[in-house]
Amino acid sequence: MFSPVILIPAILNGLMTGAVYALVALGLTLIYGVLHIINFAHGALLSAAMFAAFFAFSLLGLDPYVAALLIAPLFFAIGYCLQRFVIGPASHGDDRNMLLVTLGVAIVVENALLYAFRADTRTIDLPYAFETINIGFTFLAIPRVIGFVAVFAVALVLWTIMNLTDAGKAIRAVAKEKLGAELAGIDVAHVYAMTFGLGTACVAIAACLLMPTFYVNPTAGNAFVLVAFTIVVLGGMGSVPGALIGGLVVGVVESLSGLFLGESLGQIGIFLIFIAVLLVRPTGLFGAKA
Amino acid sequence: MKGLAPILAAIVVLAAVPLVVESNTTLNFLVTTLLIALAGQGWNILGGYGGQYSFGHAAFFGTGAYVTAILQVRFGVNAWPAFAAGIAAGAFVGAVIGALTFRAGLRGSYFALVTLAFAEVLRILASVAPITGAGVGTLIKLDLHVSALQFQSRAVFYWVILALVAVSLLIAHALERTRFGAWLIAVRENEDAAKALGVDAFKVKLGAMVISAAITAAAGCFYAQYFLFVDSGIAYGTRMSIEALLTPIIGGAGTVFGPLVGALLVKALGEGATWIAGDAPGLNLIVYGCVLVLVIGFAPRGVIGIFRGLYRGLLAGKREAAHG
Repeated sequence: MFSPVILIPAILNGLMTGAVYALVALGLTLIYGVLHIINFAHGALLSAAMFAAFFAFSLLGLDPYVAALLIAPLFFAIGYCLQRFVIGPASHGDDRNMLLVTLGVAIVVENALLYAFRADTRTIDLPYAFETINIGFTFLAIPRVIGFVAVFAVALVLWTIMNLTDAGKAIRAVAKEKLGAELAGIDVAHVYAMTFGLGTACVAIAACLLMPTFYVNPTAGNAFVLVAFTIVVLGGMGSVPGALIGGLVVGVVESLSGLFLGESLGQIGIFLIFIAVLLVRPTGLFGAKA
Repeated sequence: MKGLAPILAAIVVLAAVPLVVESNTTLNFLVTTLLIALAGQGWNILGGYGGQYSFGHAAFFGTGAYVTAILQVRFGVNAWPAFAAGIAAGAFVGAVIGALTFRAGLRGSYFALVTLAFAEVLRILASVAPITGAGVGTLIKLDLHVSALQFQSRAVFYWVILALVAVSLLIAHALERTRFGAWLIAVRENEDAAKALGVDAFKVKLGAMVISAAITAAAGCFYAQYFLFVDSGIAYGTRMSIEALLTPIIGGAGTVFGPLVGALLVKALGEGATWIAGDAPGLNLIVYGCVLVLVIGFAPRGVIGIFRGLYRGLLAGKREAAHG
């Protein structure tokens, strides 16, 4: 069981699953870093994006990787409107209200999907879904390798937006000092909505990367988001490198504990890490003080 | 004794319902409504009065349900002491979770997240542990005797849950009139200021958590006796956490009648939606979610807050007319 022939592929697989977790967590941590709320609608939006990718393939025949180019802007717009016209106005700037409003949005989206598409689990068939490449000592599934590379590409794009554009500058200003940014003429409601849109776009891309090898149903997103919460807490709320590294660590932990303990108990391992980190060091491994 | 009269009036009116209504469907609807009103009152003690928003009250509901069921089925304990043990077990789980989270100083979103995680851990454990019947669940044997806390007529079940709701209303009422309640509200409004004035915030929050957990656990115990079946999804699923939180928020968090009003409204709207659009999965919850967002957006003090506002407006109008 401890032979490297099994361990190394398990670790590599964990890293690749972890990359997709990291992308989901990236969206969550971005929203937290600027709006200081935990977006409970993240999972429902992930499920919705997975349905979008599913129908793009089954109705339009679009490959999920191509569909990502359409679905990401679409979900940016959805996220923007959600924050600008629903979450922002309804919560009157109160943190507890925001928590409840995102929960309300999650309930509505998840159950609207359930109402429209029932609880059936759907998958798509792609010719390359089971193809692998040989890297000498082990085989890697091609969709997972593409996912791994794509996540880092998205992280790079996000970094560029945040650091080299005016919009990114405005977002960072609002995250640091909301009142000051407002005084300097930055439209805070617009920046909040943009950040929410960016976070939602991350989730949409994650959905497209998942679809070739994963299934979709109205609650499919929740499993990922509970893991993403763990990652965000582990990496430190609002920390982007924390989300990336935390995602990879959690992917490996899940893969190894699944190997040693079996599937359902492997999941418990993640929750226990989550609770332990929250109780002992709620600022996470990379976070500044709360 | 101010404030007791409306409680007594509400209980008397509700208690008279089975004398007029004979339809089992209606009674069943009212029983489930009172059930979530009770679970919601539990949430209200901690969330409404204490300002600590738990997203995992299913942890207490499920513990109550499982302990009641397991003690009867696997250990042959009589239903009445099993019911009491279920409540005690729920309170104990509340004390443990409260001690851990409040000791760590978790507030706001962090508290919501960690309570959610505790409920999920319990759900996963219950879905694999042999003692809970794992994925199959636990079935309580049908035995329609008072000694087994099972009744032939739904009306009796209705009065049992009504009695529990009455107790929970009295607890909330007492909370509004005791020193402990005042401390709890002070902690909700500004924890640091309350501490500065000498309130032991940790103890107060922990006490509220235990009372809150016990009330929600009582709802779980009743669920097990009424439906005679528990599984991990029913007991510890997110649905119960959501319903326990929705009812007080929609009715009016931090008010005695909030959970009861919220439960009646939410259940009636759910039934209405089913009646209009046919029975479909997810429909009830779509309505609940929309109502939640609308209430927070337009009536942050809940339905009771709307009526209070109208009443005050009316009084002001009268005064103006008198002076006019």
